[in-house]
This record gives sequence, structure tokens and C-alpha cells, in this order.
Amino acid sequence: MNASSPQSRQPIDAAPILELKGITKRFPGVVALNNVDFDVRPGEVHALLGENGAGKSTLMKVLAGKHQANEGKIILGGQEMAFENPKHAKRAGVVLIHQEQSLVSEMTVAENIFLGSLPRKSFNRVDWRKLREDTNKILERLKCGFQHDDLVGSLSIAKKQMVEIGRALAFTPQVVVFDEPTASLTDHEKPVLYDVINSLCEQGVGIVYISHRMDEIFHLSHRISVLRDGEYTGTVNTADTNEDEITRMMIGRSLTLDHASKPTDFGDNMLEVRHLSVKRVFEDVSFNVRKGEIVGMYGLVGAGRSEVAETIFGLRKPSAGDVVLDGEVVNFRNSHDAVMSGVALVPEDRKDQGLILGMNCRDNMTLASLSSVSSLGFMTSAKEREVYDKYHQAMKIKTPSWRQKVGNLSGGNQQKIVIGKWLHTQPKLLILDEPTRGIDVGSKSEIHTLVKDLAKSGYAVLVISSEMPEVLGLSNRIIAMYDGRVTAEFDGDNVSEDALVQAITGMGKQAQAS
Amino acid sequence: MASTEQTKVVVPLGKLSKAGVLSFLSAQGILIFFLIGMFVFSFFSEQFLSQSNIMTVVRQASIIGIIAVGVTVVIIGGNLDLSVGSMLSFSTVLVVDLHDKIGPTNAILLMFALTLMIGAVNGFLIGFLRLNSLIVTLAMLSAIQGFVLIYSGGQNVDIANQENTWFAFFGRGFVGGIAVPVLMFGLLAILIQVVMSYTGYGRRIFAVGGNPMAAVYSGIRKNWCVFSTYLISAFCVACAALVLGSRVMGSQNNVGQGYELLVLAGIILGGTSLLGGAGSIWKTVIGVLILGFIQNGLLLMGYPYYIQWIVTWVIIILAVWLDLANKRKRLFTSHS
Repeated sequence: MNASSPQSRQPIDAAPILELKGITKRFPGVVALNNVDFDVRPGEVHALLGENGAGKSTLMKVLAGKHQANEGKIILGGQEMAFENPKHAKRAGVVLIHQEQSLVSEMTVAENIFLGSLPRKSFNRVDWRKLREDTNKILERLKCGFQHDDLVGSLSIAKKQMVEIGRALAFTPQVVVFDEPTASLTDHEKPVLYDVINSLCEQGVGIVYISHRMDEIFHLSHRISVLRDGEYTGTVNTADTNEDEITRMMIGRSLTLDHASKPTDFGDNMLEVRHLSVKRVFEDVSFNVRKGEIVGMYGLVGAGRSEVAETIFGLRKPSAGDVVLDGEVVNFRNSHDAVMSGVALVPEDRKDQGLILGMNCRDNMTLASLSSVSSLGFMTSAKEREVYDKYHQAMKIKTPSWRQKVGNLSGGNQQKIVIGKWLHTQPKLLILDEPTRGIDVGSKSEIHTLVKDLAKSGYAVLVISSEMPEVLGLSNRIIAMYDGRVTAEFDGDNVSEDALVQAITGMGKQAQAS
Repeated sequence: MASTEQTKVVVPLGKLSKAGVLSFLSAQGILIFFLIGMFVFSFFSEQFLSQSNIMTVVRQASIIGIIAVGVTVVIIGGNLDLSVGSMLSFSTVLVVDLHDKIGPTNAILLMFALTLMIGAVNGFLIGFLRLNSLIVTLAMLSAIQGFVLIYSGGQNVDIANQENTWFAFFGRGFVGGIAVPVLMFGLLAILIQVVMSYTGYGRRIFAVGGNPMAAVYSGIRKNWCVFSTYLISAFCVACAALVLGSRVMGSQNNVGQGYELLVLAGIILGGTSLLGGAGSIWKTVIGVLILGFIQNGLLLMGYPYYIQWIVTWVIIILAVWLDLANKRKRLFTSHS
């Protein structure tokens, strides 16, 4: 896929600089990591692969001191370490480059890089000259096109990421962990990152590289390790393997979605979106969803898909266009009206938008339909339990009790609670925004089956997803979005992956990349 | 193997016991502290545990308690109400002054209406305009004190004929041997506790305080919820003003000064988190009573009344600290 030559790198023969042995990490109700081994040699890129929820991020958080393992050892440079917090780990030379960026946008590049360790002179004053010099040294290593005194808020996402890397370099690290570093980068920004990683390797730094993208991993890494459902499934030399083997290690079993089980029986239009626009967010979006149909909305992060869903749900005010539900122009003014009219939105961000983490399972489940469990304004405990038990069983939610706070559940179970919450509102239209992001494989396929069953029983379903297999496996029709516009509409059963990729990346770009 | 065995057993146990002690301290620490305090006080003063003294304390605590019940709802909804102190001044001055001018019934009705209006302004600014509740209610605290002085012209007000008015019932009356202020405190606490625990409305307030965004994504009208909590708070202040005006039969311009802090102290002492989304009216009732007993005990031990301010401060810090220590599972933090 990638334009540059896919030279397979030979593994580096050196004693590991970092070893993780038998790491086990439990969270309430779930074993996130079970007896995982992992090591990094100086000067190598060691890729860590696994599906969402396989435990990659947890492993790296253990490594970087954010979580403490229940069992196992971390050995750095021959010494056993016990990192109590990220600061310990950083001082010891292990730095994690975050997925979510943690920069202060109101400060300059230099201040951000040395945040918390600004050079000082007498009377504890900041030594600005030294700060500038040190920063320039780091920026030289990064070869990036910005200055030490640029405000971080004014930089592009890719450049912000460079600042994050610069921050890591300030600690003279021995091991640097990149967690999905290219997720928010454009194609021509990636080589810059690769150069930085390569030059770090040359300086003897060990790199852990987490990514879903096979092309990147085969391009960059020396060795590949795979996690599956919190278990370590093995390490291979990149030069001796291929994508098929890696995929088998990751999935462990066939995960091809059963296309035949898609719904087939469609009714009238349930949702019709006509020329909907929100200024500077998306423009002229039109599509429809019929009763009993699953429509997939596919696109990259930032294409405006969630925003379309939020607008249908009454959370954003459209600047033009109409939302028609069941033959009626609705244009909801707030989410309450949308819920009352039978629209349900399972939001993208479970923790911030979907759940009240401090509340128990039952209370979260009934939150969107409180009137249905109340009489004369008073909730009946029995009815609430009834609702909870119904979805608890139907969706196989694993919780010790309804009293459990949802914050303590795994992602998959949390998501099932959100879905259960919306099913109980008896919606006419169900919108699912990234319904399986960050949840384990088992729950994922359960949710897929559930969505198809719902559509077959007459629900109109709109699924927003960034995962192609999910979109292909679920949708009767696929709407592709790019940069705030609908670029194409496909028949879900007869569409090539190439066509889909072209539609969501904009044609011009695709030509440039290949 | 031996070493893994060790980590398996020793580490969790050590952590558990420490966390256990902390959570026990945070849940029960105030009560223990309270019991020790009661013991010490009763040692120094024979009066302290007498029935009449206990009744006095509860009676005195009831004004703070009535307000605290309302403010607890605001806090559960994720906001603050600091304006209750001068609202209490305002409402008390109003009802006492109007008593002689337009009769008790009209005075009470008008006072409730105007107090609720102030609550509505708070609620509108915070709920619908989404201004910061701390700033809005702090500004309101100062503005209302100004209104009170304008209204009263700086004069203290009182009721001329104190003997022959049924208005005295609210502050001085007894029903079945229980003082009316205590009764009102109890009834309001029960009523609002029931609303918060057993109605959809209460659940929504918890949701809004716990995670406002998720509440909106669940179709809850967050703005209205926040708005309504300030009406409840104002209603409780009006009830407290009724009791206070009726008990004193007169009022100074600044009679409610400092109440906002005492109310907060009671709530925090009870263990309701200022972060919102959690807490209960019962906790507040207990917190307010503890506060009352401590103040009373200090007075009985012969300390000047202003010592209680300092002691209150110490108690608030302790309560907040223990609450936080419980959340992060240790007393001190190594993070800078």
C-alpha cells in the first residue's frame, strides 16, 4: 500500500532494554491482561497489534506507570521497576506518546515541551535562553516546520503530535511508546513521523508502535507482537511473516460477518434527511432510511458523520434543510423532543455522552424512559428491575448486580447498557454512532447480531462506523461521507472496498497516495 | 513461583486494608468524630445531653437545615448556591416588614413569590444562559444585600403587636410537643428526599449533576432541571425566612449573613460531594445536626461564640480531605 519500498527489516540482535514478564491486570469484572510477556530491544521498532479491547493500551499504561499490574514484572535495563505513576516511568526513561493529546494550547512549543521541568536560574526564575536552546536542539532532531515560540494552539494536529514527541525527547528516553500515532495524520504527514521514529532508532532508543494499519507496521517494524482478548499470542519477526499470519494471530477465528443474515424486508421511509446543513460542519446532506433497513454511514474521523446524527437528534441547529421522520417534518429543537418522537441515539463517546458513570446499571438503563417506569411521577422499583432484567438477559450483560456502578464495567457491557437504555424507549429510528468502538470481539459480534435482529423486527437503523468490515457486514446501503459532504451511496452487498475508500478520502487524494 | 505468590497475596491485602480504613473513615469518620465530641462535651457540661438542650440544638439547627435541604438539591444537580444568605435576610426583612402593613397572609404569599423570583433569576442565568453558578450566586449574594438595605433604608424592622398574631406559630409554636421549625425541617427533608429518590425528576437531577452531557444525550432537559433546582432552593429559603421572622418577630438587615457558609458546612459535613451527581438529603440533615451540636457544645464549654467559626472551618477541611482521600485511596498524594 505505502509508496515507499517495503523493505523488510531484519530483527536487531541485542539484549532487550525493556522486558515485561507475566503482566496481569484486572479491573472490576474483567481481566484486561492475562500473563502477558513483551520486550523491546534498543534501536528496534516493536509493533504491538491487537483488536480494539485486546489490551494494547492497558499494557502500555502499565508500562508507563498509569496503571499498576496485579502481577508480573517490569525490567528496564536489567533492573526490576515498579512505576507508581507516569512521572516515575518518564524519569526512568519510558515515555508514552498519547492518543489524546495533552498539550496546553495557550502556551508556546518550548513551554509545552518542558512543561513541568522548565530550566531555572537563580531565584527560581525561568531560564528562557536555555529553554530556547534546548528546545531548538530537540526541534532539530524532529526536523519539523515550526518554531520554539509558536503557540501550540495554532499548530496542525500533526505538528502538535511532533510537540508531543519533542516532549518525550526532553526526557532522553530509552523506550518510547507510540499509541496509534498516525490516526489523525494525513498521508503526506506520515513520512515525517516515520523519519522521526527511524532517527530515534538510530540513536538506540527502543520503540513500541501500536497501530491497526498493516502497511505501516510492515513498513516500520522489526518485530511484531500480538495480543488477543488480553492474552499474549506471540511475537514474530516482521521479515518472516505476512499479513495473513498476523491477522490470524489477532482474530484467532473467522470473523467474517454473515452477509446473508442482513435484513431484506423494507417498508416505507422512516427517516428522510433533506439537504441538511450546519454551517462550517457539514453541507447539503441528503439520505433516507427505510423501516427494517440498516443504513451504514462510513467515513473518516472528522467527516461530519456524528454531527449529522446529532443534528437529527436535535442537539445541533441546522442552518438549512429538513429532517423528516415517518412522513412528518420534525427538525427537533432539543434532544427531549427527539426522544419523545421516537429517535434514539447511541452516541459515539460512551463515557462522556452515553452513561452517567457514577450511577448504577439499572438507573442508567431507565434514564431515557423514566416515565415508562413511573406512575404519577413516582418510579416503581419493581418496574425498573423488570426493565433492567429484561435487557440484562436479552443482551447477556455481565454484571455482578444491578447495583454495580457502570463505571466499573468493561466497554462491551457498558455499550450494551447504552443500547438497552435506548431499546427501552421503543424508538422508530435507532442511530448507532460507532457502536463497537473499543469493545471486545465477543460483545462486538453480539451487538452486530442484535442490530440485524432489530432491523428485521422493523426498526429503521442508521449505523455510523469507521470500520469497513462493520459497515460492509451490517449495511443494506452505505452512505459515504468526506469533509462534510455525502460523496457516494452504495448498495451494501455490491460494493468494492476500493470504491468505498475512494469515496471517503476524496478522489483526488486517493490518486496522490497510490 | 514464590515471588508471584507473594505479590498475589501481600500487595492486594496491604492496599485493601488501607483503602478500607480510608473509606471507613470517610463514611463514618465524621460520626466517630461527632461521638467523641459528644462525649467530651458531656464530660465538661452536664447540660449538654439533657433533653431540653438537645431540643434547643435541633430547633436552632432547623433554619440552617431547611435551607441546606434546598441547597443540597442544587449541589446534586452540579451547581452551587451561595446567594441563600442574603436571600434569607431579604425574605425575613420582607415578611416581617409587610406583616403589619398588609397582614400576615398577604405578607407570606408576597414573600414566597418574591423569593421564588430571585431563585428563578438565578436559575435562568445558570440553567439557560449557562453562566457559572459560583459567580452568579456570589454576585446575587451581594446584589440582594444591596436590595435589602435599599428596601429597609438601613433600619431594622419588627412586628409591633407580637402577642396577638398567628404568625408566631411558625417560629414559636408546637404541634404535638414538637417545635414547628423542627417539624418544618423534618417534613421538608422527608418530602425532598422522597422526590430525589423516588421520582423521575429526582433521578434526572442526579443525572444532570453526574454527567450533564450524557443527560442531554438521554433526552433530559438539562436547562429546566438546573433552573428548577434554584426554585427549590429559593422555596426552602422562604420557609426558613418564615421560621426566622416568626421566631424573632423582627429582623436585622443582615440577619442571614454567613448562612451560606454554615449551610455549605452542613452539607459537606454530611458527605454530599460538591462535584454533583451524588449525595442525599439524609446526609445533609445529619451534617447540619452535627454542626449544631458542635456549636452548642463549644458554647456550653464556655468558649466565645466566634470560636465556632474557626472550628467549623477545621471540620470542613477535614470532611473534604477525607472525602478526597477516599477517592484516591490515600491521604497524601505524591503527584505534584
